Amino acid sequence: MAFIEALICRECARTYPAEALHVCDYCFGPLEVAYDYEAIAAHMTRESVAAGPLSIWRYADLLPATEDGAVDLGAGFTPLLRADRLAAELGLGELWLKNDTVNPTGSFKDRVVSVALARARELGFKVAACASTGNLANSVAAHASRAGMRHYVFIPANLERGKVVMSAIYGPNLVAVEGSYDDVNRLCAELASEHPSWAFVNVNLRTYYAEGSKTLAFETAEQLGWEAPDHVVVPVGSGSQLTKIAKGFTELARVGLLDEEPEVRVSGAQAAGCAPIATAFTEGWDYVRPVKPDTIAKSLAIGNPADGIYALDAVRSSGGAFAAVTEGEIVAAIRLLAQTEGIFAETAGGVTIATLARLAAEGVVRPDERVVAYVTGQGLKTLEAVSAGAEPTATIPPTLDAFAAAFDGQED
Amino acid sequence: MPNVRIPTQLRELSGGTSEVSVDGDTVGDVLASLDAAHPGFKNRLFDDSGKLRRFVNVFVADEDVRFLDGLDTKVTEGQTVSIVPAVAGG
Repeated sequence: MAFIEALICRECARTYPAEALHVCDYCFGPLEVAYDYEAIAAHMTRESVAAGPLSIWRYADLLPATEDGAVDLGAGFTPLLRADRLAAELGLGELWLKNDTVNPTGSFKDRVVSVALARARELGFKVAACASTGNLANSVAAHASRAGMRHYVFIPANLERGKVVMSAIYGPNLVAVEGSYDDVNRLCAELASEHPSWAFVNVNLRTYYAEGSKTLAFETAEQLGWEAPDHVVVPVGSGSQLTKIAKGFTELARVGLLDEEPEVRVSGAQAAGCAPIATAFTEGWDYVRPVKPDTIAKSLAIGNPADGIYALDAVRSSGGAFAAVTEGEIVAAIRLLAQTEGIFAETAGGVTIATLARLAAEGVVRPDERVVAYVTGQGLKTLEAVSAGAEPTATIPPTLDAFAAAFDGQED
Repeated sequence: MPNVRIPTQLRELSGGTSEVSVDGDTVGDVLASLDAAHPGFKNRLFDDSGKLRRFVNVFVADEDVRFLDGLDTKVTEGQTVSIVPAVAGG
């Protein structure tokens, strides 16, 4: 908070006070937090970061809120794992996986929610709300419960069972909306106008919320010994996470935490059943045409992505690429990740690894690059996607003979 | 007449009200009538080339007009046209 100067419109550069605003009153462009980077550079060092908590809040100087224990469940500082077995399968060299499945509610959303609700409390809000494809619902419900805030969580009615249970367990009010995520989102954008006393983390608090995703870049650089990777592969729904990861690397250099200006190629992962941004990339459009999603990757099923054009810009300007992967590739990639590296990811993770595989095969992601793939959600949330065929190899009576009969000669 | 739902950001133009009834058979006509009744909407909703600004979404009966006929989308008596900021969600 100490380092926020104002909010500024990304489109027309009008400035606003740092309140619960997300849209420019004049042109409807998104507002961004403007920081006093000189003051941050004077205050923040590699040592000050290292002395901080093992969570996103070690980077508080570059976040638009101050640490608030009430909305901190320990999000972030997740493992960055070297993935040699997966790299060998894909013909890559130095591959790392940012394992964000281990966050408190099982996805990277804990990062953005912790920031958004910390800011919401600073601004005096008592009610938390969100429009969610599932992971955000889990996280808002959990963090609001911890903070003693009432919450209203809106999800599409057709969500995976695991995500419904993981939201409902935290108590009322979980609202299932008959329609797609884009319908939920439109409803919430209108509700936010009618209920200005509610902190919709990804509507009126979105400016602050989105900043939480920068910590995915901050941690990656710190865990690589304060170096940026050459290429990152990021799952894309709204495009916010990808845009903020790119911004995160740039900011680290700006405040002197990286020795060199980073040149990170940024590539985006979408499911073919909902690929408005990947399509714009392939077609060479400078706009994103909305689509009606139809994919098992429900956490990425946003047909009308708010940050679509910014994600497109970030990928194009960095020399990255997009891929749109099939449902079969998604499921195969979830299995491949589990069987090579021991990480069970939800469908969005399958989209990311399938995209990594596709881009590696096409020579876009190269074996001479240091690559980081972001695996941002836990597989238990989307069991339906991989249940078929995930059965015991054998079912036997509890006898040595039965085991020997079933696994004749295979024990070693 | 169709009803137009006004988002918070534009209610200063509509005298603070969240819903306005205006004439028009298409989305384009309705928005033109809105600007005639409450001057200022045109500048805020459209860019210099006359296209809807890229962060303005318009819905007719809860459907995004980009899935319909854009500004030519037909609007019938009593239907609701919603103007919604595009930047939300995800």
